[in-house]
Amino acid sequence: MADALLTVENLHTEFTRQEDVIYAVNGVSFSVAPGETLGIVGESGSGKSVSVLSVLGLLRGSGKVTQGSAKFEGTELLKLKRRQLEDIRGRDIGVIFQDPMTSLNPTMRIGDQIMEGMLTHHYASRKAAYNRTIDLLTEVGIPEPTSRFRNYPFEFSGGMRQRVMIAMAIACEPQLLIADEPTTALDVTVQMQVLALLQKLRQKSRMSVVIITHDFGVATNFCDRIMVMYAGKVMESAPLEEFLKRPAHPYTIGLKASIIEVGQSNRVLQPIPGTTQQLTEPPRACPFVDRCAFAQDACHEELPELRSIGSDHLVACLRAEEVMSHAG
Amino acid sequence: MPDEPLLRVEEVSKHFKVRGRTLHAVERVSFELDAGQTLGLVGESGSGKSTLGRVALRLLEADAGRVVFQGRDIAKLSSKELRQERRHMQIIFQDPLASLNSRMTVGAAIEDAMIIQGVGTRAERRKHVDELLERVGLPLSAGNAFPFELSGGQQQRVGIARALAVKPKLVVCDEPISALDVSIQVQIIDLLKDLQKEMNLAYIFISHNLGVVQYLSDRVMVLYLGEVVEQGTAQDLFADPQHPYTRVLIDSILKIPESSAERRPMTGLPGEMPSPFSPPVGCPFHPRCALAQDRCSAEKPQMRAVADGHLAACHFAG
Repeated sequence: MADALLTVENLHTEFTRQEDVIYAVNGVSFSVAPGETLGIVGESGSGKSVSVLSVLGLLRGSGKVTQGSAKFEGTELLKLKRRQLEDIRGRDIGVIFQDPMTSLNPTMRIGDQIMEGMLTHHYASRKAAYNRTIDLLTEVGIPEPTSRFRNYPFEFSGGMRQRVMIAMAIACEPQLLIADEPTTALDVTVQMQVLALLQKLRQKSRMSVVIITHDFGVATNFCDRIMVMYAGKVMESAPLEEFLKRPAHPYTIGLKASIIEVGQSNRVLQPIPGTTQQLTEPPRACPFVDRCAFAQDACHEELPELRSIGSDHLVACLRAEEVMSHAG
Repeated sequence: MPDEPLLRVEEVSKHFKVRGRTLHAVERVSFELDAGQTLGLVGESGSGKSTLGRVALRLLEADAGRVVFQGRDIAKLSSKELRQERRHMQIIFQDPLASLNSRMTVGAAIEDAMIIQGVGTRAERRKHVDELLERVGLPLSAGNAFPFELSGGQQQRVGIARALAVKPKLVVCDEPISALDVSIQVQIIDLLKDLQKEMNLAYIFISHNLGVVQYLSDRVMVLYLGEVVEQGTAQDLFADPQHPYTRVLIDSILKIPESSAERRPMTGLPGEMPSPFSPPVGCPFHPRCALAQDRCSAEKPQMRAVADGHLAACHFAG
C-alpha cells in the first residue's frame, strides 16, 4: 500500500525477564491510511500497546524489536537514531497515553508544557507558540485559558489533564495521532467529552488516528477499521461495517459476547474459558487454541496465517469460514 | 422481627475533614437490603459509592444516621461484638493483590480469615480451604502459591474465597471486576451469581459498569456527589430512567452498534462534576442539567415515588 501513512510489517518485540524471553509481539503487520482511524483492540498482554510503543521507539526496560519494519511516509522508523525519531515524534506523530499525570511534568506550568513541544520542534516562535497554546486550550475546552496557562497539572481534574495531553499532542499539527487507552481512566461522561473532542479535531484536520483500547464500545463507535490482537498477533482486521456484520475469528466473537450491555439482564453468560498466557516461546500453533470452541487438531499443529476472507477483511483462523457462517 | 431486612441504612452521612475543609462524601442515604438480594450502586468517581459501602460495614464510622444489621445498630456494638458480627459482613476489593498479604500463601490467607473468626479446628479449616479453592475455580495447588504468582482473575478468585471462608451473609463487592479483562470479568460475574444462589448471600455491588450492575442487581441506586438521585428495580431504572443524571449516565455507554450507520454520535455532557467540598445548593446536578430551572438551584428535590418502587429526586421526574 504505497499511499499508507504508516506501514508496519512483520514486527517482533521481545522482553527478557530473568532467564525467560517474553514474546510480546509476534509478527504484527498493519497500515494506517491518511485520514483513517484505526482501533487496535485486545486484552492485557495482547501486545497492542507494545506494538505501537515499538514503532515509536518508546519501549521500556528490556524490550527490544527483533524483526520487522515500520515506515512512516516512507521513512524506516526502526532504523532511525534516537534524535531523528524524537524529531518525528511530537511533530509528525502526536501521542496520548492513558494516564496524563505520569506523562505531564508535575513541576511545570501547563502552558509551558504545551509550548515546549512547539519550540523544541521549531514549529513556531515563542510568541506564536504562546498564542497557539491559548488557542489550543480554548479548542480542547479549557475555560479561562490565559489564567489556566499558569496552572500546574495537580490543579486539574483527570478529564482536564487528558485535554491538556491532547493539546500537547496536536500542537504541531501531526499527521498521525496515537492514543493509548486515552479514556480508560476516565468516568463514562468524561470519556464521552474526550472522545467528542478527538472526533472534532480529527474531522477538522483530517489527521489519522490510531486508538488502542480494550473497549469494543469505544473502538466501534469511533473507528473506521478495527484490528483485534491476542498473544502478540493480529487475529482479525476489518473495516467497521464488515467487522460488525461478519466477525470471523472465534476470539473476536467470544470477546464481543463477553460484554454485558444494559438490557441484557436475562441472558446466559458464556465465558471464554481459561486465561491469556505470557508466551515464553514463539507461538507455533494458534495461541487461542486452548480457549477456542472451534479448535481442531490442525489448530494445535500450525500457526494460522493472517489471510484475506473478504473485501479488506483479514483473519488468522484456519476455520474462519465455518466460524463466520456459524456466527451469522 | 419477621419483616426486618438483613441490612437497614437510615439517613447516613459521611464527611471527611481535609485540610480544614469538609468533603461531603455521603449525604443522608437510606436503603434496605434483604438476604439473598443484590443492591447495585452506580455513579462516577467521587459519587460516594465506595464510602457508602464501607460505612455499611462500619469500616468507616457514619457521622449521622444509623446502620442496622440483623436488627442491631452496628455503631453501638463493642469492638468484640463488632468482630463477631463482621463474620457475617465481608468485602471484596477492586485490586485483589493490594488486599492480600504478599508474604502469605493463598491457602494461609484464606485460612487466616477463619482463624480471626475462631472458626473450626486446624484440620477442618484446611479442608474448607481446599473446598473453597475448588469452588471458586482455582486448582488446589494455588493454595501453596503466593498472590503475585497468580493472574489478576485468579487473584480475584482468592479474594472471593477469602471473603466467603467465614460464611458471611452480606458481601460488599467494591468494583470487583474493574481491573480485569473482559473475558475474565464474565467468569467472575458468573461465579458471584452462582455463589449468591448457593449461599443466599446479599451483595452490595459497586461498579461503574452499568450493564454488569443491571445483570447482577435486584435494585439499583444512582449516586451523584454523595446523594442518591434515583433508585428502583434494576429493570425499571434502566428501562425508564427518571432522573436527568441517570439518563446521561445510561446515554454515555458506548454500545457496540449493529452497523456503522448506528454509531453513537459523540456528544458530551457539558461541564465538570462540582467539587464535593462545596456541592451546589439545591439539586446537586442542576449546574449541568439540561432541564434545570430556577427552582432547581433554590430547592433541593426530595426523593419521591414516580412509580411503584421507583424513586427519584428531581422536581420534574414522573
